[in-house]
This record gives sequence, C-alpha cells and structure tokens, in this order.
Amino acid sequence: MTTVKSLEDLKKLREAALEKRAVKTASGQAQVTVAMGTCGIAAGARETMKAILDTIETENLSGIVVSQTGCIGLCEKEPIVQVVIGEQPKVIYGKVNPEVARRIMKEHVTGGKPVEEYIVTA
Amino acid sequence: MKAVRSMVLVSNDPESLARGAQEVYRSFKEEVQSYGLENEISLTMAGEVGRKDIAPMVIVYPEAVVYGPVSREDVHTIVEEHLYKGRVASNLQAPARELTGRIAWLSARKGTLPAEKRIVLERAGLIDPDDIHDYIAHDGYTALGKALTEMTPASVIAEIENSGLRGRGGAGFPTGSKWKFVSKTVSDKKYVICNADESEPGTFKDRLILEGDPHTIVEAMVIAGYAVGADEGYIYVRGEYHLAQRRLAEAIRQARGMGFLGKNIFGSNFNFDIHVHSGAGAYICGEETALIESIEGKRGEPRSRPPYPTTHGLWGKPTAVNNVETLANITAILRHGAGWYRQLGTINSPGTKVYTILGNVNVTGLIEVPMGITLREVIAIYAKGMKDNATFKLAQTGGSSGSIIPASLQDTPMDFDSFGRAGVSLGSGALLVCDENTCVVDLARVLLNFFRVESCGKCNPCRIGNQRAYEILGNIAEGTGTMKDLDDLQKISGFLYQLSNCGLGQTAGTPIRDVLAHFRAEVEAHVRLKVCPTGVCPMSGKRTPVL
Repeated sequence: MTTVKSLEDLKKLREAALEKRAVKTASGQAQVTVAMGTCGIAAGARETMKAILDTIETENLSGIVVSQTGCIGLCEKEPIVQVVIGEQPKVIYGKVNPEVARRIMKEHVTGGKPVEEYIVTA
Repeated sequence: MKAVRSMVLVSNDPESLARGAQEVYRSFKEEVQSYGLENEISLTMAGEVGRKDIAPMVIVYPEAVVYGPVSREDVHTIVEEHLYKGRVASNLQAPARELTGRIAWLSARKGTLPAEKRIVLERAGLIDPDDIHDYIAHDGYTALGKALTEMTPASVIAEIENSGLRGRGGAGFPTGSKWKFVSKTVSDKKYVICNADESEPGTFKDRLILEGDPHTIVEAMVIAGYAVGADEGYIYVRGEYHLAQRRLAEAIRQARGMGFLGKNIFGSNFNFDIHVHSGAGAYICGEETALIESIEGKRGEPRSRPPYPTTHGLWGKPTAVNNVETLANITAILRHGAGWYRQLGTINSPGTKVYTILGNVNVTGLIEVPMGITLREVIAIYAKGMKDNATFKLAQTGGSSGSIIPASLQDTPMDFDSFGRAGVSLGSGALLVCDENTCVVDLARVLLNFFRVESCGKCNPCRIGNQRAYEILGNIAEGTGTMKDLDDLQKISGFLYQLSNCGLGQTAGTPIRDVLAHFRAEVEAHVRLKVCPTGVCPMSGKRTPVL
C-alpha cells in the first residue's frame, strides 16, 4: 500500500478512488450492496449474501460488484440490499431473504426491472 | 434520509382517519408530484399530533403552520400557495384559539425542520467498512491531513470548543474543554481513550458507527491525540461487539499501512497508534474510571474522583476519554468548520443526536436528528406513531440510567439544557417508548434488578441500596407494600444519588424518583387498593421480609 505523506497524496488517492467509481458507473456496472451490521447479520444477511454470490456463480454473471456495508438505520427492515445499476438511482430493498435475493438478481440486476414489492421507501 | 426543504405531516389518529385523512394524504402526494416537488418535500402520516376538533390536520415545517380541518379540495391550495409559491395559505390555517393545549408546542418549533440530518452516520450504510479507499473517496482522512499540516493543536481545540460539541455519552460535558484540560496538563505521556463500551440497555448507536464507519473513529482519535499531545490511544469495545472489534482491527491495520497511524503521520513529526481493548461484559466498565482500571488489567471498579482522568487517567497519566458518537462528530467539524456545526441543533447544544427508538411503536430503529427535536415529533414522524393506536404513557431516555419521561413532558425539546431544566436527563440516546399497558412498578422493578446485578459492589449505598429497593418494589408488585415502603423507596433513591461513588449508583435511583414524582397515584394504587391498574403485577399477596 502507498503511504500518505501529505494532503496532496491524499487528494490523489481520493481522486483515484472517485475515478474508479465513476468508471464503474459509466460502464453500467451493477453494484449490489448488502447491509452487514449486527442487525443485518442477525436477520440473515449472510444467507442473503450467499444467495447473491451463488446466483452470480451458477448463472455465470459478470460486471456485478458485490460489497458489504454497515447498518443504515432501518433495522426493522433487515436484511437490506441496495442495488445501483450504472447511473440509475439507488434502489433499497428490505426483508431480503435468499429467495427474494435470487429474484432481485434475476429480475432487477440482470433483467433491469426492480422488484417493486420489496422496495423500501424512506 | 434525504435532505428536504419542507416537511408535511398529515394527522392519522382515528378521528382524522374517519374524516378522510387518507384521501387528504393521497391528494397531497398527487399534487406534490404534479408540481414536481417530490424531491424537496417530505410527506408523512403522523399519529397523535393534536386536537380532534381540527382533524384532519396538516402541519407544514419549517414554518410550523397548522392547517385544519383540511378537506381534499383544500390540498391543491396548500400545495400551490405554501409549498410552491412559499406563501402561507392563511384562510385555511387552523383558528389561533385552537392552537392551544396539546399543540401549543408547535409555535416553539418555528423555523426548525425535524428532518433527519446525518453527520455522525453520514457514511454508515454507504461505504464498505473494510475498504479504506471507499472511506477516502468520501472525504476520509482530509480532516486529519488538515489538522496536522495546517493547524496547531491549540487551534484544533479552539475549533472544537467553538463548535460547542458536548459529549454524547450522556453527561454532555463540553468536548473542547475536556481536551483543553488534558492538553494543559504537563506530562511525558498522555492517552486518548474511545469509550465504546455502550452497555446501556437499548442503546446501539455506537455499534452502528463502529460497524459501519470504523475509520471515522480512527481518524478522530488521531486528531484528538494531536490536539491534546498524546501518542497512544485505546478503543475500549464492549465484549459482545465481535463484529465491531473485527472491523476496527481491520481499519487500524489498513490505516497503519497507509501511514495514517504510526510515525510521522502526514509527513509531520507527530506519531500515534491505537490498540483495541475488549471489554468483558460488565456494565460498570462504561464508567470512565472503571474502564481505565479495566484497561490496566485490574478489576473494573470506579476510582474516586477527583482527580479526574484529564489529569490522572490511564496509568496515572492525563487521558482524554470520549464516547464513540462524540468522536464521530470531530472530522465533520474540522472539515466544515465550527460555524457550520453551530447552525444545527440548539444554541447550547449544537449538532445532531443519534437516537435508537424501541418499544411500543410502529417503526423501531435508528435516527440522527438535530438536537432540540421533541419526543412527540420523534414518535409521530420517525416511529410512525404508537403500535395498535395505543396511548403514549412514558418514555425512558438513555437506557437504564436515564430518566422516565411522562407524556406531559413530551413537548420538551430534547437537548441537554432543556432536559436539565425539566429535571430529566438525555442520556445516551435510547428512547424506550411505552404505552398505557406498561406498569410503572414493574418497569422500576426490572430496572432495579438490572442495577442490583450490575453494581460493582465497591460502595455500600449502591451495593445495598439497589438490592433493598428491588426487594421493596417486589413487595409492592405482590400487593404487600405499605405506605412506609414508599417513604423508604424515596429515601433510598436520595441516598443512592447523594452517597454513591460513581455514576452507576447516582443514576440508579432515578427511575424510583421519576416514578414516584410522575406516577405516584399508580404506585399508591398498588399499596392502598392492592390493585395493579394495568394488570401486569402478580399481586399474589406474598411478602418477602426486607432487612
């Protein structure tokens, strides 16, 4: 890893990270983020994550970035999965069990059509 | 979650629903969309907002204007005039004489928006906590870079002091002053400690911050170290928080790798490193001196104060102990400035507060809102009202050591000073909301059981007082309490507060005091009439002798 020795170094790192993200967005890449705080894990986020990874493997999908994040404050709706495809606005899903996760992967991530009944609105 | 400029609440108590609140809400949604305002305006159904005679009622923030009674036909005018053109539709406003009593609190909220505002939780749920690059992409470590390369330790402290940030662990001590005390103490070695013991029942804000955004704590601790002149830091994490510990350890490893921890950080001659120390499951170790003892490898018992940790802390050296949420505010303050921070919240308690909402409400979870929001607003807006349309009876703020707040105080702004004046404490941010089916004797008994078990036993008032109070409450719950028991309870509560060595004992008497102050009639019903009004207590007629 590079060592940061000045604000200039940090700025470069930040720009590199932002650029990486911009490239992802521009290429229409799908980002699937699973909330993996204690509340999420307790509600079954690990199984959800596994189902998502399984789907990617068995369906041989590409161009999908799967990542984890912390709790977003809606513990009631866990497990929560956030999907961003390219430049489209973020879609937040709640109560995503493995079955719903597979549906989201099939209908939204590959099919482009959000699974309306599990969308969480603020 | 998103920033909005206006907030519209439509009442949905049974009376309002009967008079067409649902239709009003739907028309609002349509009208707001037809004007293209859906991204600027938040629309919510809120229960328990006010009076029946002007139902259904519509409140528009931040002007805190009350319209009512509102029919479907009025919605168009309100949206066009008020939300689109920015003029209050005065002909539809509720008559001034109706704005008394239960909704009088609204006038005090003029100019404020009870919308969520995320500073502490800015990145939680957005970034990958295990990826330092993701943190850096979200302005991570810029505050540290700024502090180390452009500011002196004194100017960092001055900035925090000017921001008015107060400790979020419960006591509300000004953070800038604390740092100043430590920095002014002359010593060859100083420490910074992050108190992440968070053992208050019902509080989980620190866990969320640590799990979702661990780097912000690492960064803030290095800044604190620079400001006070310390080169070593400890994060004391509650033993049960395995995931938080793992994520912190990973964050520290990555920060070391990139030179944000270690020697000559940002090319300066400042060195700092952090250790993660796991607690072992004792509530008392959240008390800062017991926490220090625990890090030193001793039994977790509080020390006598003074001297305070700011002069004699870890291994006798000056130590700054800060709560997780307090530290999570630091980087934002340095990035945006003290002036920006002061715009949020109230004059004496600037900034935001994270609350964990639980109990008999429709939606439980976590929110971060500016200081000064009222309990009624939290319940109506964020908790979406009481479950099963029950009546709000009381709320307990800040976990077991917090206060019991009766319905009559639910319009008190939630900030350190207003709560202090009302004789209640804000605590750590847990909001346990209870409905009419909660028995206050039972509640107090559960709390005292907790304190009785968690008391470290070092001082007599706490060790014995909690046990006796628990036994007395047990007898009251069995229907064998006497009026003398009530006097004894009152006395024990006073002794606990006056004579205990540390915060645990001092706050253990609060539930008894609050219950006797606000719900005496209900307690007396248990004693005089041998009846538990809510039917919760067993009332078996057994009496256990109290020594």
